[in-house]
Amino acid sequence: MISSQRLKQRVAIIRAVRVFFEERDYLEIDTPLRLPVLAPEVWIEPEISGDYFLQTSPELCMKRLLAAGHSRLFQICHCFRKGERGKLHLPEFAMLEWYRIGIDYQDLMAECEDLVKSLILECDSGPLFPGLADRISLEVPFERLTVGAAFGRYAKCSVAEALAADRYEEVLVEQVEPNLGVGRPTFLYDYPAPLASLARLKKDEPTVAERFELYIDTIELANGFSELIDPVEQRQRFEKDRNLILAAGRQPGPMPEKFLTALQDMPEAAGIALGLDRLVMVLTGAESIDEVVGCSPNEL
Amino acid sequence: MLSASDLRKGLKILMDGAPYIITKFDFSKPGKGQSLYKCRLQHMINGNSTERTFRSNDKFEKAPLEERAMQYLYSQGDEFHFMDNNTYEQLFLTRDQIGENVNYMVDNMDVAVLFFNETPIDITLPIFVNLTVTKADPWAKGDTSGTDTKPVTVETGYILQVPPFIEEGEKIQIDTRTGDYMTRVKE
Repeated sequence: MISSQRLKQRVAIIRAVRVFFEERDYLEIDTPLRLPVLAPEVWIEPEISGDYFLQTSPELCMKRLLAAGHSRLFQICHCFRKGERGKLHLPEFAMLEWYRIGIDYQDLMAECEDLVKSLILECDSGPLFPGLADRISLEVPFERLTVGAAFGRYAKCSVAEALAADRYEEVLVEQVEPNLGVGRPTFLYDYPAPLASLARLKKDEPTVAERFELYIDTIELANGFSELIDPVEQRQRFEKDRNLILAAGRQPGPMPEKFLTALQDMPEAAGIALGLDRLVMVLTGAESIDEVVGCSPNEL
Repeated sequence: MLSASDLRKGLKILMDGAPYIITKFDFSKPGKGQSLYKCRLQHMINGNSTERTFRSNDKFEKAPLEERAMQYLYSQGDEFHFMDNNTYEQLFLTRDQIGENVNYMVDNMDVAVLFFNETPIDITLPIFVNLTVTKADPWAKGDTSGTDTKPVTVETGYILQVPPFIEEGEKIQIDTRTGDYMTRVKE
């Protein structure tokens, strides 16, 4: 079971998250956990719940609210991903997602950095988090590194070579990630276009998508991007992903038709999903995700 | 068939025609990418370790392993002879295969012999065994040198640390997983 100290830390962090977003005029919402349709994801397998699925992320519902006219939304909810279990993975985990219209991924990186720094500032003021500000400095700007530059610096091959050899994940995990967010947090950004399902491609460099991830202490914390709002291109990507799911021997769910229809009305926006349990891990120095949740799967 | 999501520490799988046990296991999954299952595997016959990273779509076969209840009969040179409790068939394993178990084995002991494709490859002893102390320095009562333990030799020739009151001819219980003294056995 979670220790009393960690539970207090977790509560303090989540409270500070809410304060941050409320001060910035975000509305907190909650959308259904059980959904009839999910975004097709090649490497995320959903849990079945009756005729529905348990959500793997609240992304589609939140974007439909943006299309319906809301401008700043955040949500703290549980997400479910079948078979994901490790030191950094739970098959049910807490997610913080937020979306804002009129900004792009660069603006969102800045806001994400503001959030992490404001949490550190808030947490460091009390006695619950000894030594936090020594581990993550508030003075130093987060590092910003393109995926291409990160592979150039840390990997034995280029991104293009890794993708061509179907070894992108191995190279990222074994050679690149161990260097990310060490000393100061790192934003890895500008992902190869094939690795973005719902992100907008860069206008002047269409081989990369306007997507980023945040790393602290080598741990991947968040995935954000400028949202793709072209329903035609989004449908093509979903179709491609559904074919890849079939090729992997699984049955894809239905096409998210209502989402694609709503996308016609969605303004330019950027959004991000941040693993809240992992955020608690890095802010408390926990070794494993099991240490920061109320009941880990092993205890059920 | 097993799939990558079945992988975990302690699982025994068949790889390149040999039985391997997973001794270390890490799950990773870079943002929205493929799951990676990084394993450290030990060859169950020659003991060599190797690292492999598997992916979601990889398939495995369980190593065809079977344990049979047997009795340890005797050793002759480097050969350790056992008898199947059900069929009375006899077989032997080599000293290399027996490894450190030799420290705890006495004639007529019940053991489990592990087979890979009908070939014996390893044995599992009872967790606790009782062995007779064959050599011990006498306990000097009132010894104030401050040492809490002393070395003794048991009937197998194994030497271990025990409390100072243990004397020659007594039986002690040993944990075969750690080789440590557990308690004095009164008969």
